[in-house]
Amino acid sequence: MQILSRIPQLLIYGVISGSILSLGGIGVSLTYSILGFANFAHGDFMALGAYIALGLFTLTAGLGIPSTPLGPLSFGFGFILSFILAMGLTALTVVLIDRFLFKRLRHTSSIILMMSSIGVALGLRNVLQFFWGPQPHYYIEKIQLAIVIPGVGVRIKPDQVFIIIAAIVSVGLVHYFLQHTKMGKAMRATADNMALARVTGINTERVILWTWVIGATLAATAGILAGIENKFITPELGWQMLLSIFASVVLGGLGNPYGAILGGMIIGLSEEVSTAFISTGYKPAVAFIIMIIMLLIKPTGLLGKRR
Amino acid sequence: MDTIVGIINYIVFFAITAGTYGILSLGLNIQWGYTGLFNIGIAGFYAVGAYTAALVSGPPPGAWDGRIFGGFELPFLVGLLAAAVVCGVVALLVGIPTLRLRADYLAIATIGIAETIRLVLKNESWLTNGVWGLQQIPSPFYDPIHRGVARFLGGHPDLSPWVHDLIFKSYNWFYLLLVLGILFILYLIMQRLVRSPWGRAVKAIREDEDAAAMSGKNTFSFKIQALVLGAMIMGIGGSLYAHYARFISPASFKPLYGTFLVWVMLVLGGSGNNKGAILGSFVVWGIWAGTDFLTGYFPFSATQAASLRIIIIAILLEVILLCRPQGLLQREKRPPTILKKKA
Repeated sequence: MQILSRIPQLLIYGVISGSILSLGGIGVSLTYSILGFANFAHGDFMALGAYIALGLFTLTAGLGIPSTPLGPLSFGFGFILSFILAMGLTALTVVLIDRFLFKRLRHTSSIILMMSSIGVALGLRNVLQFFWGPQPHYYIEKIQLAIVIPGVGVRIKPDQVFIIIAAIVSVGLVHYFLQHTKMGKAMRATADNMALARVTGINTERVILWTWVIGATLAATAGILAGIENKFITPELGWQMLLSIFASVVLGGLGNPYGAILGGMIIGLSEEVSTAFISTGYKPAVAFIIMIIMLLIKPTGLLGKRR
Repeated sequence: MDTIVGIINYIVFFAITAGTYGILSLGLNIQWGYTGLFNIGIAGFYAVGAYTAALVSGPPPGAWDGRIFGGFELPFLVGLLAAAVVCGVVALLVGIPTLRLRADYLAIATIGIAETIRLVLKNESWLTNGVWGLQQIPSPFYDPIHRGVARFLGGHPDLSPWVHDLIFKSYNWFYLLLVLGILFILYLIMQRLVRSPWGRAVKAIREDEDAAAMSGKNTFSFKIQALVLGAMIMGIGGSLYAHYARFISPASFKPLYGTFLVWVMLVLGGSGNNKGAILGSFVVWGIWAGTDFLTGYFPFSATQAASLRIIIIAILLEVILLCRPQGLLQREKRPPTILKKKA
């Protein structure tokens, strides 16, 4: 009974971590469906975003931009400004990496691109480690008190509510973009069949550019939100989540962004609830085992249609 | 003279490590170079091999150990074979759900198994002694060789100090021969294998799996065999590492760095060429060791220097992929003997 009483609280944690995994997963899923390779550098794009935000936040503080906490949140205007700018700068960096590297390798096989992304992953992570060191860095060191939701008895911090709202808004924007804008439709067409899309006059290079921009922006968002949730960031932040993100994406259906959202939620919830029964250290293994079971039952994932 | 002795000792140490990496690279070559299987869980198989060898050949748990299992003190070769077998079984378990699918799934699953193995090594103290690792793993034939060396040195007190020093380290020479010997045997086996009908089948799968399946090959079965075989070779590499280092802990098997280094070795040397795999391991290990000296000249902290070395290797990989994707040595193009006779 002791265990069961903890579950409502763990579900809350699961929704928070699921939100972050979903945002990471959408990017992996989009890159996979448009460019055809599993991008192992995506986790490190998240860490990059988190560190750019840290740098900008220090800068805004130095410039005297006020960062008095907004309402119940533990951060203020200066941090939100850094957050938004970091999204843009991460997208810019990722686009540059594409121009110098991935674009030149696009004529080779998807496996070569995957190998190259592993090189980018380790390179980026160690660039962060070179400048900031392996030790954790804190966005805000103040401890925030949780609010107890009456009736159910679960606790949630205002920052965590912010994370969930930010994730819902981001997912809503992605949905709107994919379904209702011309570029979003072009993107879906390219994911379906790149050659056919090109024949109908879609500028596939632009589609690829937008894929990286959206993926990187969401990666930065996920990285920064993970930093807010954990209270600190390390260069390993993205790598530690990458396995769970891949598991989410495979579970939902590799190449389907909506599957990534569903998969992210399921993996996030399962990882957190599993801590009631087994050691916390095994969280990534839980994600991995769920993924393997999915591959055995239905390799195309929950929402996947084709291989 | 002392510097020369120092350099010689360093070269021996260097060659032992590079030779061990050569074995891992050969294992990866059969998976990636010949069959086209993208395994990025090398560090996991390496760790499983090392731990298996240590548990089979090492001493039973000591008074302060957290583990309650293992330590059968069986001979070196038994441990080596056990390491290969256990790695093969792990590879089989990874291969069955993933090898029917696209290459990406195997990649994700192997990195997952490597991470899971690392978590098990860290958390299952009853088996692995947790973060404290396994200690006092015996080196094969250490005692007889060391006794012989001591007796010889005792009988020749008039040797100059540097010769004395050199002879004193003879065990490393023996271990180098052992590693290179096993590397050479594995190389010969692999060469035979890739030129056999089996080798032609896996190469056909690498080039075009559908065509291979069309000509009646059970591609799934061949891929499983290649994955298992490569993993067994990696297990042998792991066991050689354990017996040389004599102490292993989860920290020795950082999930991605070891794996990444082996990949760069194979890609640089030339995947699909066993000589290239071995050449690459010596070249890249040379670069890796060289950057250690190089970063020493700059005012970097230890962690910064370590990061810089990985950045250099990462850039090296990207440069190879962009400029010389076939690596130093190209794939061997051997026409079948029947065609040769006709020509």
